[in-house]
Amino acid sequence: MKAIPAHYKQYIWLMVYLLATAASFAFGFNPGREVFVNFKKFFIEMISFIPFLFIIVGLFDVWFPKETVEKHVGQESGFKGIFLVIILAMLQAGPLYGAFPVAYILYKKGASIKNIFIYLGAFSSLKIPMLGIEIGYLGLQFTLARTLVSLPLFIVVGYFMEWYLKDRDFKVNQL
Amino acid sequence: MVNNTVIFIAVAVALTILSFLLDRKKTVMGLKKGWNMFRNIAVPFLNILILVSLVLYLVPPSLIVEYLGAGSGFRGMAIAAFVGSITLIPGFISYPIAAVLIQQGASYTTVATFMTTLMMVGVVTFPLEAKYLGKRVAAIRNGLSFVSAVIIGLLVGVLL
Repeated sequence: MKAIPAHYKQYIWLMVYLLATAASFAFGFNPGREVFVNFKKFFIEMISFIPFLFIIVGLFDVWFPKETVEKHVGQESGFKGIFLVIILAMLQAGPLYGAFPVAYILYKKGASIKNIFIYLGAFSSLKIPMLGIEIGYLGLQFTLARTLVSLPLFIVVGYFMEWYLKDRDFKVNQL
Repeated sequence: MVNNTVIFIAVAVALTILSFLLDRKKTVMGLKKGWNMFRNIAVPFLNILILVSLVLYLVPPSLIVEYLGAGSGFRGMAIAAFVGSITLIPGFISYPIAAVLIQQGASYTTVATFMTTLMMVGVVTFPLEAKYLGKRVAAIRNGLSFVSAVIIGLLVGVLL
């Protein structure tokens, strides 16, 4: 049997679900209907803001390309350096393991240990697309509270790592 | 939710008009980029909504309140932090889950802890991280992130 390409696998769930739902309605299977009521609610919730969020994110991406920020990271130190790595992190997208290759680039460009770890912290939870989704689902208040509490902690972790690793010849490896 | 939608639509429309007036080509490029990103996540997103709909039907709210609600205390935090650390759920997928947890009675503390460990602590991706940072540093980073997540959870709970 030929393996199904990963790209199509994601559609299987959806097809199975839609068929099961159609069957539930046809044969009057109540749990299926109730699950669909949930699904419909979530679907409307999602479609009512996610497309607009991506319009915003797409425009942001074009007007504030991360490459411009990347150019200046590493040379700047102090408060400005911290500010720059946080901005750079916010412009990224994707899961945390995608941050390590960029951490290597930062390291190569001479960014401080502190800023590398602040970058990783900010990357994990302050990316703009993610903040947008967070606002949509959990509200502006929750997002602001979480962000404002997180940021100082990331900076503390950055200072701690720099203090701890200063004399231990820390390096970021390339894979 | 309605308020949110209005804000997102207003911001998107305003930015598009502004961007269009400044630079037509860039605007088209940005909209295309946004559309592509949306297309990439659309099906995985629908799949997770199906899963959440199913789980929501199967798990009664009282169970969520008991294990993750305001009264769940240390145990609720522990569950949230543990599950968040070992699972690898993409960020955009975790938000609908978090929203449902809150609607069903989970506390802000447990949800913030869950979200933060999910984003910052990666047990599954540890081997990969160790290749970049070295085992010891990766372990320290994950450990500190875990502690941070608990602190963040507690503080968010105090603030909201």
